[in-house]
Amino acid sequence: MHRYSVIYYFGGMTLFFLIVQLLTGIMLMLYYRPSAAEAFESVEFIMTVVPFGWLIRSLHSWSANLMVFFAFLHLVTVYFSKGYRKPREITWITGCILLFLALAFGFSGYLLPWNKLAFFATKVGTDIAGAVPVVGEWTLRFLRGGDRVTGGTLSRFYGWHVAILPAFLTILLGVHLLLVQIQGMSVPPRAEEEASRRRPMKFFPNFALRDLFGWILALGVLVAIAALFPWELGEKADPFAPAYKDIRPEWYFMFMFETLKFVPGGEIFGVEYEAIPILLFSLGGLLMVLVPFLDRGIERTGHSRAFTVVGVVAVTYMVGMTAWGYRSWAPILVVAATVALVYVLRWGTQRAKREPES
Amino acid sequence: MGTSQVPHGDSPADPGRRGFINWFLGTSIGALFASVAYPVLRFVSPPEIPEASMNQVEAGPINDPELLEIGYKILRFGAEPVILIRGGEGDFRAFAATCTHLDCIVEYHKDKKRIWCNCHNGEYNLSGQQVAGPPPRPLESFKVDLVVKAVGEPEHIVVSRA
Repeated sequence: MHRYSVIYYFGGMTLFFLIVQLLTGIMLMLYYRPSAAEAFESVEFIMTVVPFGWLIRSLHSWSANLMVFFAFLHLVTVYFSKGYRKPREITWITGCILLFLALAFGFSGYLLPWNKLAFFATKVGTDIAGAVPVVGEWTLRFLRGGDRVTGGTLSRFYGWHVAILPAFLTILLGVHLLLVQIQGMSVPPRAEEEASRRRPMKFFPNFALRDLFGWILALGVLVAIAALFPWELGEKADPFAPAYKDIRPEWYFMFMFETLKFVPGGEIFGVEYEAIPILLFSLGGLLMVLVPFLDRGIERTGHSRAFTVVGVVAVTYMVGMTAWGYRSWAPILVVAATVALVYVLRWGTQRAKREPES
Repeated sequence: MGTSQVPHGDSPADPGRRGFINWFLGTSIGALFASVAYPVLRFVSPPEIPEASMNQVEAGPINDPELLEIGYKILRFGAEPVILIRGGEGDFRAFAATCTHLDCIVEYHKDKKRIWCNCHNGEYNLSGQQVAGPPPRPLESFKVDLVVKAVGEPEHIVVSRA
């Protein structure tokens, strides 16, 4: 126990939303039909005819977003509390790949209702992959299952979404959670002295019960959101209709989408300009995975200010670009509210000083 | 809680507070499970889809080559298969083509004048009565009418619900 204990709930929260995804996803499979001719109608059927279908689908969509949000939050807090330090390198790497998997789940699941928005998002998203030099063309055809986004793409994405990605997820999540259990929780360098004065909390049942309490709250919030704001279905995809006016991706791809908008057309040494930010983002992702091996300062001096600064810059860029993309303060307010909530929880969960027994 | 004056909840003398908390927790957990289980059970039980009810189907002219040669054909009566049998000259009969045993689709053996189900060797006669094998009930019969559509053309067969 120490003053940063609150941040330990975010991983468990991500896990909770993942469990909701698995359960609601399996339920949706009972009615969903993965073909261009039937997908939209089957989702419509779920939303309008199946008892509680609107609820199950809305839970699946909302929980996906909350899962990605908490995965980001978990990543950011672990990064800044240096939770990736030796001996937790593998936990960090599996965590990073799990986040990439979550994004891949989001991207592949987005197409499945086969509505207009999903159709164009998939065209654009796969086209971005196609802009990468050398391997781009192959990747594009691999993702789309051909040159165009068709019913074949839908079957492919369905396969990834319900079979291939879950298989990888199961393995990586198993390693990730096992390592957390074996190695125990990391303590931030700044709180080491404080933590050594207190007895560590047992994971089971003490921490697990606290996690469970958070999960019940999360379930309540999730059900409330899903009931009050059922996820929209939109219009059926039409490969021969023009794209929406204000078409934009899911919020977690917004910062990349917005960056690409700023890049002018043209090419240098046979590489199109738009490939450059895509490569830089890929490089950024790779560096993130390798952080435990790059940040050697923390081993020697116990500090790694440079990495903290890089982290702040990256988060600011992502949040800022997202806000810019939506032409709205909302993303910044969400971040501010989250930070505030963390501080309130930290204050609320601090153990009261015990009066000496008389 | 706090002072030693108040009896502790789990002492046998005062089960009240502990008992209430246990009851409250138990009920809450039960209610939580029920409120999750109910939507799940409703979701997994498929909704009733009303089918357009068909009352009659045109089965073509009486000299349909399929009827003449193999002696029967299967009609689409809405979502339901119906078997139309040519028992002899001008003798047409129609039955639900679903075997009353385990739902297979039956066929007609012209030479034996038997309606036959290949799945478990169920056998019905030309009145749809079960005569051998496992079927528990006769086949539901349909009404067959012959209609003159135009002068000089062969009559048409119309199958309708009895």
